Amino acid sequence: MSATASTAPALRPFRSRRFDLASFVFSGLTGLATFLIIAILLVILGNVIYSGGASLSWRFITSGTESDMFDVRKAGVLPMIIGTTARVLLMTIFVLPVGVITAIYLTEYAASTSRFTRVIRSAINNLAGVPSIVFGLFGLGFFINFIGQHLDGVLHGTDTVWGKPALVWASLTLAVMTLPVVVVATEESLRAIPSGLREASLALGATKLQTIAKIVLPQALPGILTGAILAISRAAGEVAPILFTGAAYYMADLPTRLSDQFMDLGYHVFILSTQSPDIEKTRPILYATVLVLLLLTIALNVVAIFVRARMRRNLRMLQ
Amino acid sequence: MGLKRGHQAHPIEWLVERGIFLVATTAILMVFLIFVFVAREALPVFLGQTNSSLVQEVLPVEKMNTLTPVELQKYLGLSAKQYRELDRESIRALMEVKIEGATEASHDKDAGLNTTAWRYLIGPHQWTGYERPAYIWQPVSQIHKYNIVPLLIGSLKVTLVALLFSVPLALGAAIYVSQLASTRAREWLKPSIELLAGIPSVVLGFFALLVLATLLQKLFGYQGRLNALVAGVALGLAVIPVVFSIAEDALSSVPRSYTQAALALGSSRWQTAWQIVLPAALPGVFAAVVLGFGRAMGETMVVLMASGNASIVSGSIFDSTRTITATIAAELAETVFGGHHYRVLFMLGTLLFIITFVSNLAAGQVITHLKSRMEGKR
Amino acid sequence: MNLKALKHITAAAMLLAAAPSTLLAGSITAKGSDTLVILAQKWAEVYMGKHTDTKIQVTGGGSGTGFAALQNRTTDLANASRKIKPAEVAECIKAFGKRPTEYKVALDGLSIYVNAENPVGELSLEQLEKIFTGKVKSWREVGGPDAPIVIYSRENSSGTYEFFKEHVLKGADFAASAQTMPGTAALLQAVAKDKNAIGYGGAAYGAGAKHLKVKATEATPGVEPSQEAVMGGTYPIWRYLYIYVNPNIDKDEIAAYLSWIRSDEGQKLVHEIGYYPLPADLRSK
Repeated sequence: MSATASTAPALRPFRSRRFDLASFVFSGLTGLATFLIIAILLVILGNVIYSGGASLSWRFITSGTESDMFDVRKAGVLPMIIGTTARVLLMTIFVLPVGVITAIYLTEYAASTSRFTRVIRSAINNLAGVPSIVFGLFGLGFFINFIGQHLDGVLHGTDTVWGKPALVWASLTLAVMTLPVVVVATEESLRAIPSGLREASLALGATKLQTIAKIVLPQALPGILTGAILAISRAAGEVAPILFTGAAYYMADLPTRLSDQFMDLGYHVFILSTQSPDIEKTRPILYATVLVLLLLTIALNVVAIFVRARMRRNLRMLQ
Repeated sequence: MGLKRGHQAHPIEWLVERGIFLVATTAILMVFLIFVFVAREALPVFLGQTNSSLVQEVLPVEKMNTLTPVELQKYLGLSAKQYRELDRESIRALMEVKIEGATEASHDKDAGLNTTAWRYLIGPHQWTGYERPAYIWQPVSQIHKYNIVPLLIGSLKVTLVALLFSVPLALGAAIYVSQLASTRAREWLKPSIELLAGIPSVVLGFFALLVLATLLQKLFGYQGRLNALVAGVALGLAVIPVVFSIAEDALSSVPRSYTQAALALGSSRWQTAWQIVLPAALPGVFAAVVLGFGRAMGETMVVLMASGNASIVSGSIFDSTRTITATIAAELAETVFGGHHYRVLFMLGTLLFIITFVSNLAAGQVITHLKSRMEGKR
Repeated sequence: MNLKALKHITAAAMLLAAAPSTLLAGSITAKGSDTLVILAQKWAEVYMGKHTDTKIQVTGGGSGTGFAALQNRTTDLANASRKIKPAEVAECIKAFGKRPTEYKVALDGLSIYVNAENPVGELSLEQLEKIFTGKVKSWREVGGPDAPIVIYSRENSSGTYEFFKEHVLKGADFAASAQTMPGTAALLQAVAKDKNAIGYGGAAYGAGAKHLKVKATEATPGVEPSQEAVMGGTYPIWRYLYIYVNPNIDKDEIAAYLSWIRSDEGQKLVHEIGYYPLPADLRSK
């Protein structure tokens, strides 16, 4: 996590020259653990890519479900791709400003030792640890049953438009869930900016806000980008928070309004692996759907890792 | 990095800064709201206001003409506004439905019990048709049985399996990557292991259901295909990146002077790692395990798909098991909204929130303490 | 961007988005049981093909979700794989003053699945009750090999679960050791791979497992869950699937649609999806 930590093992003093059995066993065991984890990762990816690749086709990605989502010849995942994309984009719109501003406050304004800062940090840490299903319950209890119903009371009288699962509620629920991801990533990049830059700007007569907007934020952009990508990748694969807040088992039409429900890639993987009428026959669509979902989340993760690595390298050079 | 203000702020700037301050409190507000609004739906259960008793006082339909409006409202559970909007015909229909509900109820000896009372939520009870007192979770039943003990045990059991599987692997890898691997290897090993976190839990669940279940059954030769072992191992895959990432951070942030001193005194690399670095990083490693615990307790899709979901009280890892999270995910959509089943599920959610909140708080304290110590040393 | 501005923008966005969402004339929404959702979609598609001015939107979510939506008027039709409960009827009356109207729209036969290698070919209802409540624990007690019976059940949120519990178990609880699967597919897969397994689910499903013959009593012969047997009532484990509607809006397009579903034309589609059509006397003319 911390940028300074990564330099620790770079300086390693000379190796001891004697052969040492204990040392050999110790390195062997820890090395084996590392190898096993990488192997498991490769097995999962390999299994999905091998089996899913065979049934993934352009038609599959670009067509709808055509009334039978369990029919291997007709089924497609376009509605799910659109649904998942819509909910994560909407989520990004909600979470990015709030997350970045929180990080700005924490790094640029708050004294790091103040009680209030500690409470905010602890809240962010705890938010990161709340189980995803609890976010689902929260979305139902707060956004739908509280905000949604009151909104309906004001706007629509007796009709229910907002007091039910909807795209906007699922996105907001996910935004709350991914807030810590954005805050932590942004904060990291803000901290990495040398304070000399800020001091120079202030010394030239810029106000604090001008310094932040013109000097600090542009520098922090890669970090903010990483945060957004990580948040999207985390949210794209989550199913539990959207079970009660917006995901639909089946919908004939694409969502067109914020108050519509949507079909979702992750939820569709769950449906295909547990509810399909004939699991052997639908296995190809299942694997292909999993592959699409994995490509989406893993690709985003890899991009985030690269952006972050580059950022850290630039940083080291600066220092 | 609080810099001192250079000169007096412009009024607009002052406003914007207040705005920034307000937004920064969002995280606090959200944690607070999550607790309040999940607990709000569960409050009647905590306060003992829900009543799942099937034996309820029923009045004949003609009574609607003799009761006062207030009595009638109370009997039918209507708000004043609802009462005003309903005509006599609707009130009559409501009276009839109330009687139907009562006659449909079974004449079981337990029918009069309020099964949402704490006594039945956590204590054993000998229900009709059972040979001995037992902890039973059977919410959709003639008598709604809401004992949460099997679910608690289920969650803890799967979590334990997950930790036993993942912690040694993740710690081993963390030690290797932070202490023994070359800088080059480290640069690709760390992100690769953290890539595991990028696999959605529904995909892990799918993998457990289709591949892992078959594999483990062949390996151990047990009877039921889906059980705590399969779910625990799959869950472990979700826990590994959490434990690894934090443990690795803790290990790498042990001051270099420690290792240098140990090596200079002639200890080998493994002695340094085992006797100097690991003890120094122990609080961080502990925090990593606690966070892993929280992650495992809260994971939903993996256990829903791979655990078999039988709500039994059993210590064997080869038995199927039902967790709190899977129960909420599987049951909530079909409950009568606002009914007692719905409220008991929210109560479980509140419980889960409290468990993870406390463990995260503890881990967070340790990590904060550790960080300040390390920063002080540097 | 400060908080207030953000709030105003979102509020405005919501208002804009909400404006066109009031129900349009000629538009029908159906919501509820995931068991029925594919069939409901098929009906909607064929009907829309014939009546181009009617627009039908179908969503799943579960029978309970459908009833909740019926109460708060977010749906016109509630698809259900179980009968509505008194508590839900009461909520409906509170919301629109009348009991919802119930329409039976299809039949569903439930099959008993065992592993293909299992030599047992038929079971009586009484034996099934004892097996699923955990009183009979070995296949030997019902004429099979000396092996423990592994029970696979469905999640208690499924209409299938409730129906089976009420009609086969006579209201008793499933054995605690019964594994509950989140869907028929997961259940079938488990049965196909576990040679001591027994489970239940829709009669039209079930590739990979053996469907048992079921005897209503010890004296009657075992019957296979075929369409004739289910429609004729000789196969003992079957249920209705329902659509519920607010009677205040049960006219014009909605009434026409419901009547079409229960006509010969609508019922023809039922079998394609894996359920059984209504007997002639229950159809609309």
